[in-house]
Amino acid sequence: MEKLLSKPKYQGKRVRLEKPELLAPAGNLEKLKFAVHYGADAVYIGGQKYGLRSNADNFTFEEMREGVEFAKKYGAKVFVATNIYAHNEDIEGIEEYLRNLYEAGISAIIAADPAIIEVAQRTVPLLEVHLSTQQSTINWQAVKFWKDEGLPRVVLGREASLEEIAEIKNNVEIEIEAFIHGAMCSSISGRCVLSNHFTDRDSNRGGCCQSCRWKYDLFEDAREQADNSTGAEPPAVLQPGITQLPLFEEDDHAFTMGSKDLCMLENIPDLIEVGIDSFKIEGRMKSIHYVATVVNVYRQAIDAYFEDPEHYELKSEWLDELNKAANRPLNTGFFYDTPDHEDHIYVPEEKAAPYDFAGLVLEYDEAEQTAVIQQRNYFKLGQEIEFFGPKGTFFKQTVTEMWDEEGQPLEAARHPLHRIRMKVDQPVAYFDMMRRKH
Amino acid sequence: MTKQHELMVTAGSLQECSAYMDAGATELLIGDAVFGLRLPGYFSEHEIREAVRLGQAHNVKVVINMTNMMTNDMLKLLPDYILFLKDAGVYAIEYSDPSVLAAVKMYAPSIKLHWNAEMMSTNYATANYWGRKGASRIAAAKELNMDEILELKEHLDIEAQVQVHGMTNMYHAKRRLVESYMVHQGRPIKEGIIDKERGLFLVEADRAQERYPIFEDQNGTHIMSSDDICILEDLHLLLQAGIDSFKIEGFMKTISYNTAVVKAYRTAIDTYKSNPASYRFREEWLDRIRELQDPERELTFGFFYKEQVY
Repeated sequence: MEKLLSKPKYQGKRVRLEKPELLAPAGNLEKLKFAVHYGADAVYIGGQKYGLRSNADNFTFEEMREGVEFAKKYGAKVFVATNIYAHNEDIEGIEEYLRNLYEAGISAIIAADPAIIEVAQRTVPLLEVHLSTQQSTINWQAVKFWKDEGLPRVVLGREASLEEIAEIKNNVEIEIEAFIHGAMCSSISGRCVLSNHFTDRDSNRGGCCQSCRWKYDLFEDAREQADNSTGAEPPAVLQPGITQLPLFEEDDHAFTMGSKDLCMLENIPDLIEVGIDSFKIEGRMKSIHYVATVVNVYRQAIDAYFEDPEHYELKSEWLDELNKAANRPLNTGFFYDTPDHEDHIYVPEEKAAPYDFAGLVLEYDEAEQTAVIQQRNYFKLGQEIEFFGPKGTFFKQTVTEMWDEEGQPLEAARHPLHRIRMKVDQPVAYFDMMRRKH
Repeated sequence: MTKQHELMVTAGSLQECSAYMDAGATELLIGDAVFGLRLPGYFSEHEIREAVRLGQAHNVKVVINMTNMMTNDMLKLLPDYILFLKDAGVYAIEYSDPSVLAAVKMYAPSIKLHWNAEMMSTNYATANYWGRKGASRIAAAKELNMDEILELKEHLDIEAQVQVHGMTNMYHAKRRLVESYMVHQGRPIKEGIIDKERGLFLVEADRAQERYPIFEDQNGTHIMSSDDICILEDLHLLLQAGIDSFKIEGFMKTISYNTAVVKAYRTAIDTYKSNPASYRFREEWLDRIRELQDPERELTFGFFYKEQVY
């Protein structure tokens, strides 16, 4: 730290004194435990109400208490997303719900709607309120407004560039949180009611059905063309009765609004040096494997930077790791420039990540060099698998020998959650994960 | 009771301002190219002054739309623009970002503030919150249904505005989606001709009859509804509820169409006011609108009678 203070890396850039918080999503209690164990400083979850993921598992108050207890052991915090835009019918009950969150030990809510923010400040003043990205805040005056309203933190809109974030940090003393990894709305957050129109599902109350990733055809109104004054080439043949002209050809990809996923792993120093206080990973709907892998990688990158900022280097194995969990191509969002044609997905999407979560390490027997594994996905003898754990523990091996609980040799691990003992090449620990390529 | 029901229409030029005032509009919504969002046309400072002058002669209020997404760079232009608007004598400013609210309170506290967060203006508690911050009106989200609007009005400490006619925005990105798509296909389109005049629209595979207009401007990509709201038939419900301002969205419509729409709503409001008890909707009020209605765009009740789930 002294080194960094006495000799700033970039002249004129803000010098950070503290590590940013690594904030991870947790779709359920198990994911929360993995996120925390793999290095998240804080997790955000959804409760039974007022969240934007009505399809996710979502926590009961009892599960929240257990999650908070677990996180506490690691010095980690738990936030709850209450980020809907409320309708009249949602107003009654906010107070009780927020009290319950506070009593469950939740550190902060992430809220967009003043209807929720105000109630929180009035009834549970010790529960922090973080302004949600759904407010799409990207200027310092708006940030200052929310600071003056008593909010300790603003989650910026995904449209904020690094330059704009720097200006915000220079003008307002407040915690700034930004998304650094995961799926993105291509619209300005909240400014999309495609789901409402197409399926009568309210996107701003958690009903989003991802219509932006559907396929569309782009046409031009031929009636406009007929009397056009735009200077566009008139169509060669404009037949009577034809009212639309396709702007695509037979083999073209369909039009879509779907964005590539955000990934700022290669730009960690920029994020730290601009002064972002909390690095947020998207994905309450994502798998345990995804959350653990992504958190693990960013944890290592952030720690490596703070260990020696001068000599920090991106490790290629971090990118390799991320790609094992990613199910979409990646980009850097709006941090450097407005996304263009290379930042959207026009080709059919691969739905699954290339690797499966095959098993969870429950115990390790050093003398025998075996581990007890809880099966999570099918695997069998002869297959190559990988073990990984927090802080970058990693090795590959072949499944050579395994036994069931009675000690009978097994050819394959077929049953979910079965306890299997297997030979391991290197030491492993409780909470390490085993993955296998499809 | 002689409650005033305002009839607001968006206008894209001074010519439109005059036509709509003559047709019976009592409020004009206009704006400039920097702070305005999805307006039928952009007004220069000179034109804004002229619009206010025209309005004053007809007892019509000019409201300035400033609901664009605010960036740090735009903040620098904000004080001068607000001071100009004060000097020009505009009645109110529509805002969405708190930076605009703060600037108006600082530089021109006499100008009224209308909170319009588009699809995010969804409940009375939040509207009243903005009311305590200085707003005098909420422009209600177009995705609310009739029951929600009536309940909203009942609990409001400030005025309520409801869009009664025209298209609505479904999607707004800061990205350039049309340009990106055409570049991806290897057929780039010249800049400037994918604006709202181009007549581009999307069709979704399962909804072949619906045309969703799409265009790009300096603020990104916008996708619009395939239908036009028309609540004229049930306007009495909103009149009875005491809705303070009815908005006609004139965006992407001709001046003659909007004039017909303003006239129809003017007739309905005046008929109601002359004798609420005997008020009855008359089918012929819709005749001229139907005549001019784009056959590709249905007139619907929008979300007024829809039940949404989540």
